[in-house]
Amino acid sequence: MRIALLADIHGNREAFDAALEAIRREGADRIALLGDLVGYGADPGYVVDRAAELVAHGAIALKGNHDEAAVDGRTGGMNDYAKAALEWTARQLDAAQSAFLAGLPLTHEEDDRLLVHADATNPGDWRYVTDAREAERSLNATDKRVTVCGHVHRPQVFNMLPGRAAIAFVPNTGTPIPLLSQRRWLAVLGAVGQPRDENPSAAYAVLDTAAKSICYRRAPYDIESAAKKIHAAGLPQILAARLFVGR
Amino acid sequence: MARELLETGATIDGFLIGEKIHIGGMAELWSVTRPDIDVPILMKAPLILDGEDAEAIVGFEMEQMILPMLSGPHVPRFFAQGDFADQPYIVMERIPGHSLYPWLEKTPLPADEVADVGARIAQALNDLHKQNVVHLDIKPSNVMLKPSGEIAFVDFGLSRHLHLPDLLAEEFRLPMGTGPYMAPEQLFRIRDDRRSDIFALGVLLYHLATGVRPFGFPRNGRALRKRLWKDPTPLLASDPKFPPWLQEVILRCLEVRPDDRYQSAEQLAFDLRHPEQVQLTARARRTKGDGIVTRLRRYMKAAGYERAMFESQALVHAPHAPIIMTAVDLTPGGEALAAELRAIVGQKIASFPEARLACVNVLKQNRVQLNYSLDASGRNLHVARLVELKEWARPLGLAASRMTFHVLEAPDPAQALIGFARTNDVDQILLGARASSALRRYLGSVSAQIVAEAPCTVTVVRLKRRAGEEGDHENEAAPADPVSPVDAAS
Repeated sequence: MRIALLADIHGNREAFDAALEAIRREGADRIALLGDLVGYGADPGYVVDRAAELVAHGAIALKGNHDEAAVDGRTGGMNDYAKAALEWTARQLDAAQSAFLAGLPLTHEEDDRLLVHADATNPGDWRYVTDAREAERSLNATDKRVTVCGHVHRPQVFNMLPGRAAIAFVPNTGTPIPLLSQRRWLAVLGAVGQPRDENPSAAYAVLDTAAKSICYRRAPYDIESAAKKIHAAGLPQILAARLFVGR
Repeated sequence: MARELLETGATIDGFLIGEKIHIGGMAELWSVTRPDIDVPILMKAPLILDGEDAEAIVGFEMEQMILPMLSGPHVPRFFAQGDFADQPYIVMERIPGHSLYPWLEKTPLPADEVADVGARIAQALNDLHKQNVVHLDIKPSNVMLKPSGEIAFVDFGLSRHLHLPDLLAEEFRLPMGTGPYMAPEQLFRIRDDRRSDIFALGVLLYHLATGVRPFGFPRNGRALRKRLWKDPTPLLASDPKFPPWLQEVILRCLEVRPDDRYQSAEQLAFDLRHPEQVQLTARARRTKGDGIVTRLRRYMKAAGYERAMFESQALVHAPHAPIIMTAVDLTPGGEALAAELRAIVGQKIASFPEARLACVNVLKQNRVQLNYSLDASGRNLHVARLVELKEWARPLGLAASRMTFHVLEAPDPAQALIGFARTNDVDQILLGARASSALRRYLGSVSAQIVAEAPCTVTVVRLKRRAGEEGDHENEAAPADPVSPVDAAS
């Protein structure tokens, strides 16, 4: 089974559509959205509707910290841009869209996999996984062999043998990484809608359960349109500018 | 499910286990068969004696990751693998032939044999490096010589795939490799520099040529570090008749700083195949090792070496060091085109600081009178052509060490040029195409043939035509312009 993994879409309609189109062409048996459907971008309503439609057809969707904050206003710990964007986002969502976000689960477990938006230790705390020690902490919080998460906006893959130190690795786009079975793995996805690894294209990954591998991929998209809409909505300029450089 | 025992006669995942071929320190090899596979195959299984042999496990995992990614004649073909959860194994092609290990008994080998096998290993290494893998354990027992004469590498347990996680990086505090062959940067646990393999190949060639290992057989960290400051004894010291060019090549492979070695395996292969083109430096003239003063100075300097020194170099661990070939037409009347070609070559070279340029001209031989060019006047023509070729390249202002010159004598210029590109793993070909004429169209075009058959990128340079000039009215379907980087021999 090929599972397409997307995280941190952040209301970026153009990036989301481009990634889904690339996935459709490659072929995937299942789609999983790992949180932060909204926030930052100018099309939260569209993204939520499309996510709901995918879920109706069997996709998995999880809650991220921005999805939570857009519904209940809990923006503690966020920077001013994020807060401003979330206040704006909350006003764009209709009741059904808010209810969809409010109803999203924090985690999804299946076979030997755990999908979650952030660190698995306590998913609602929204902690980042950025280095080997944080990866070990998250891996130690679950029995599942493979964890996939987002939240950081920069792709990274960690692996460890039980009882040993984790190894960090920045994946190469297009090279499948074998998820060797005697190891435990934590794959941090790049962001679909607001990449921060200096590559502005929408990031996603495909997990192949038969081949036991994960492959990181990129989909170029119409950044200009996405940025123009952010300007037009009166959202902080930086949220548009950073899309062009992927930072 | 009960684990199937690995023994002769057992069947694991459809593979019938045959004889045990080999038992090594880390793994054992079994001959196996499966009805749908018609090449000889073997099963490699890690030797995990007490279940906690981390080095054997991790080395085996590395091989499980890397082998399925590799292809081509210089690596064993991968067929299947088994999980640690059950019985860990890898089934791969059993490379026919034998390793270079028995050759060590016959050392010292004649210099031309060393150069020949060295060129073949370097070519195979280039293929491996282009697949983003650094072997990191090049030594005679891991280099297989097939009956076809081709080289294949085995044992990727210490290797690094530059696009996959390095499982060994964090695992062990000690440097990994085989003592006599380890490059200086490997002592600092740097595992992503292709030039480490060039160092190891230098050790192997030195050993084949002299019967002695250049850095002995170190058994501890201090002995290993000796290679950071003690220069290998020149090959001319033990054999005053040893070819200086080959000493130049081998000692260059053995330089402490990766930047001072060959920057790519293809450039090393090229030099081993073209002794007359090797730029001799002080390395070629050395007849004895460093004196005590120099040695002491190097010793003091080496004491301060640390990982960061090699790391900064490893940032450019994949220096793009291609071989660019240009086929130059020296026929009178073609000066403008030759100048244009030189300008384009200059631009190309400028964008690859590590590139080397091979300037090639073909002396066309008469098919019927093959022996004609062998007489004195033919030789002279060859030399004259070489001089002209160097004159053509002079305005490029490239260091002599970055250029080589070749006059090929062949009846079929296009085939000669394609053959040259193929044998020397050329990355790009640049050549000029002259304006078309009815005659050239009739005879067929050298450039068209090269574009069609060359094993690499081809850039065809043409003088810009103004409206109304000959050839301008041709339709698109006309065959490409004939070219001759080639002049008639008579």
